[in-house]
Amino acid sequence: MTASESTGRVLVVGASMAGLRAAEQLRAAGWTGAITLVGDEPHMPYNRPPLSKEVLAGKAPFASLAFRPRPAVADAAWLLGRRAVTARLPERTVVLDDGTSLSYDGLVVATGMRPRRLTCPGPLPGRHTVRTLDDAQGLREALTRPGARVVVVGAGFIGCEVAATAVALGVREVTVVDPLPLPMTGPLGPLLGRALLRRHEARGVRFALGTGVAGFTGDDRVTGVELSDGRVLAADVVVESVGSVANTEWLDGNGLDLTDGVRTDALLRAGGRPEAVAVGDVARFPNARYDGVPRRVEHWSIPGDTAKQAARTLVAHLHGTGEEPAPFAPLPTFWSDQHDFRLQSFGAPSYGADDVRVLDGTTDGDGDLVVGYHRDGLLVGVVALGGPGAASAAARHRPALLARPAVTA
Amino acid sequence: MKVVVDMNKCQDHGQCVFASPDVFSLDADGRLLYVPDPDDALRDEVEEAADVCPLQAIRIED
Repeated sequence: MTASESTGRVLVVGASMAGLRAAEQLRAAGWTGAITLVGDEPHMPYNRPPLSKEVLAGKAPFASLAFRPRPAVADAAWLLGRRAVTARLPERTVVLDDGTSLSYDGLVVATGMRPRRLTCPGPLPGRHTVRTLDDAQGLREALTRPGARVVVVGAGFIGCEVAATAVALGVREVTVVDPLPLPMTGPLGPLLGRALLRRHEARGVRFALGTGVAGFTGDDRVTGVELSDGRVLAADVVVESVGSVANTEWLDGNGLDLTDGVRTDALLRAGGRPEAVAVGDVARFPNARYDGVPRRVEHWSIPGDTAKQAARTLVAHLHGTGEEPAPFAPLPTFWSDQHDFRLQSFGAPSYGADDVRVLDGTTDGDGDLVVGYHRDGLLVGVVALGGPGAASAAARHRPALLARPAVTA
Repeated sequence: MKVVVDMNKCQDHGQCVFASPDVFSLDADGRLLYVPDPDDALRDEVEEAADVCPLQAIRIED
């Protein structure tokens, strides 16, 4: 065998976008050994952003969501519909829910997040979340029943996208509930929050803001939502979009820091183990572009970015060729399509939320608006709100975001 | 290497332009333009562009 050939097995636990990208990047980094992926859904990896939009609207068949794996991973083994239940990292084994025990030389943790659920009293039937294809198809059925009344709990990205899609589907009552005074204000701040509230209301979405959910009415099924301020909103369909929980229970007992995801070092290694890396939104990693504090990032670009770094780390270890000195410093990006407008973000807006300024456009009307987020006088995030041109409007500021020097981790 | 973009899917997010500026660009109206037969030396960055397309509209045909 030559130095560039690899033997042994890399086990990727999690078969969503992050798992697929990790497998592809292992090959790109020179791993020629076996790759096995384990996924708890029955589906091959697919793109999730359309779930709250095109899938809910009935416009996207699975074929249009499925990723096309690179040819380099054609020989990977896929164990779908199975879930990891325990891991023994010192012995390099993972046990699945069907009792199968898998040994590995390298491990990629890609198990992602699941929706947080409300624990207040009331019946469960009628309450939905949107994380998987099956979730979205179930919600679509509920939303398209004639006369459906919908309450969305949580005015974040998913909640606002679902509300917009429901209005477009002709649902006559769509109300979004959130304890904060404005939609999407946590990550984006009040300036954009106010603009988004106005644009949503103008298109028929109602809001109950500054109040939480105390419980649900109904015997066998939800009939309404009781708010903390005493009001009751009638509802046949409730969508819970109140954040997410990391799928890390299977890693318990291995001495890892599993507080809000899997804490990693700057090379994405978990718990100082060179043969175990974490990728995607379950990874809590330092980003040298900002400050080196470990954070989870639930942005669409992060699975690909973390997969590339983690694969290089893992293959360097498995091949015994040493690590790359360059610090991991991805530029996060996300977008959100709601009604007829788009939000497009580059960088880390929430990191610069104390100093928010309009860069282009005005906050009145429906025109394009570009907002800059600064920290210590430096631009750290840009968000554009507007029509199809919003992406290129935001992109004009991308060089300034990339010019920010990376700090040493 | 042959690059095909499904222009019915493309929504001009521009992510490919940053991944592979030699092959993808936006015109003055923000619409995507691309080189359909780039040099094979650009394969890495074109694969990157295909990965980062939010609509998965970019296909590489050999």
